[in-house]
Amino acid sequence: MADNPFASVPHEPGAPKPDAIVKADHVHRHFGGLTAVDVEHFEVQRHAITALIGPNGAGKSTFFNLLTGFDKPQTGEWQFNGHSLVGTSPAKVARAGKVRTFQLTKALNRMTVIENMRLGAADQGGENFFKALVPPTWRTREKDITVRAEALLKRFKLWEKRDDYAGSLSGGQRKLLEMARALMSEPEMIMLDEPMAGVNPALTESLLDHIVELKNEGVTVLFVEHDMHMVRRISDWVVVMAEGRIIAEGPPDTVMSNPAVQDAYLGAHHDTDLSEIDATEEGK
Amino acid sequence: MEILLDALAEVFAPTTAAFAIAAIGLNFHFGLTGLLNMGVAGFMLVGMYGYAITTQNGAPIWLAIIVACAAAATFAVILGWPTLKLRGDYLAIATIAAAELVRYLGRSQSLQPLTGGSTGIRGNEFKFTFEALSPFPNENITILFWTYHGTLSSSWWLRVVAWLLVALFAFTFWQLARSPWGRVLKGIREDEDAVRSLGKNVYSYKMQALVIGGVICAFGGVVWALGNSVQPDSMGRPTTFWIWTLLLLGGAATVFGPILGSILFWVSLVVVRQVASSVIPDTWLSPIELEPFSLVLVGITLMCLVIFRPQGVLGNKRELALNG
Repeated sequence: MADNPFASVPHEPGAPKPDAIVKADHVHRHFGGLTAVDVEHFEVQRHAITALIGPNGAGKSTFFNLLTGFDKPQTGEWQFNGHSLVGTSPAKVARAGKVRTFQLTKALNRMTVIENMRLGAADQGGENFFKALVPPTWRTREKDITVRAEALLKRFKLWEKRDDYAGSLSGGQRKLLEMARALMSEPEMIMLDEPMAGVNPALTESLLDHIVELKNEGVTVLFVEHDMHMVRRISDWVVVMAEGRIIAEGPPDTVMSNPAVQDAYLGAHHDTDLSEIDATEEGK
Repeated sequence: MEILLDALAEVFAPTTAAFAIAAIGLNFHFGLTGLLNMGVAGFMLVGMYGYAITTQNGAPIWLAIIVACAAAATFAVILGWPTLKLRGDYLAIATIAAAELVRYLGRSQSLQPLTGGSTGIRGNEFKFTFEALSPFPNENITILFWTYHGTLSSSWWLRVVAWLLVALFAFTFWQLARSPWGRVLKGIREDEDAVRSLGKNVYSYKMQALVIGGVICAFGGVVWALGNSVQPDSMGRPTTFWIWTLLLLGGAATVFGPILGSILFWVSLVVVRQVASSVIPDTWLSPIELEPFSLVLVGITLMCLVIFRPQGVLGNKRELALNG
């Protein structure tokens, strides 16, 4: 991947990618009369970091929920790795290799850090009721899981907290734990919902490094974020949503100069003198 | 001295064991999974009807036990199927109503040939298969300070079997709670969506917990019936609340909590009743009023316990507290 895979991708909403892991078409979700998501076409490039940005209420989180099965749209179809995920339950989406985290961190506070990690693992036969009654059937797998969990804890600087309750961690550490836990099942793609929200600046740096590291390991990352500095630092491609639609796409350094994006973020008349507007209104 | 012996007798009484078993069942629901089953007595009643009616119709004891389990499992599936997809409160509402439904069905006129209506099923109509298995002599036996019949009704034989069952179910709980299966349930207890996002089928796990806990509650019902009789009105809402109380008293989500809770509950009930009857003159409280009075005292004690030690006697406050 020495060449930029995005070199030939046009900078326009719904642009096709050379190697798309996620494809979505005509996804429409409305709550009563309010249209939350109305995406015509959307693709995510494999092995890249894609940022999904947009002002509050743009429908980013709803779109996230739709793609991971936590919410159901009125119409639309979407696929992951060529398999349709329409109507698939969140659990099956995760098992297919697409794991998500949450905007409001869902670390399981009354379980220890290591137990949180073990819960994230896939293929533990002991999660079957009958096998659970016979420990020899799951002990070996449990050891493998623990080895992986401990390696991840060391990498995410949570090793000292191994046996503490997750509830005793700071907000930023919980974000790290949630991300590490999501990696337990060795997913192909990870979807992070505002990974930087509520994290103090010191931890933000290491969080960003971790996300870049994921990409280097071949994990596809899609994340929702508000902070443009973060987005610029790590993402390969940026998708901008506003009022439920994708209004722009492009590499991080050019997408923000797109007039439609500035419009959505700041309003069309953000540099117009208010008194002039009043004057023209009266003039009509 | 007599009070002490009576109180100690409660420690290993069949009723104490029956409530401990039901509380272990509830511990699978509430302690591990966070399911609010407010129909424990309903599960017990379904179990004892299943056992007693099958025996009445000439079935051997193993078949009666299978029927009791199957009835409770079916009851759990019927209750869980529509409600487990919804928020926890709905299961609470459905179970409390369903338990009352079972009780009213049991005492209804139209089912009298089967269930015996409001009088229930008398002990000698369904206890004989169990009593036939007794290795104890068919007479009164005195062990240490206590004299009970070897075989019949609330006997030494029933005490042995009941406490072996308590041990078996406590062991099962311990084994399952520390397994990966139990870990998924503990995750669900805290945040279903988090567990979903990790690829676990939450609905299926909640159903499994409801069924296994329900079947254990049914065993509690059968043990209770073997010591007393099948009587629908003895399995009303108060029974459910007592079992909740003693589970919280002992400590939810712990292995020995339900057992300790049941023992403390029954012992304190007897002590309070006996002390009250010897201390309070008849002119203040008549013997009929003593029973509710002792329950009130026990209730106050338990309220204090829940206020000052919400995790119960054995519970781990960091892992499970009542609030939040």
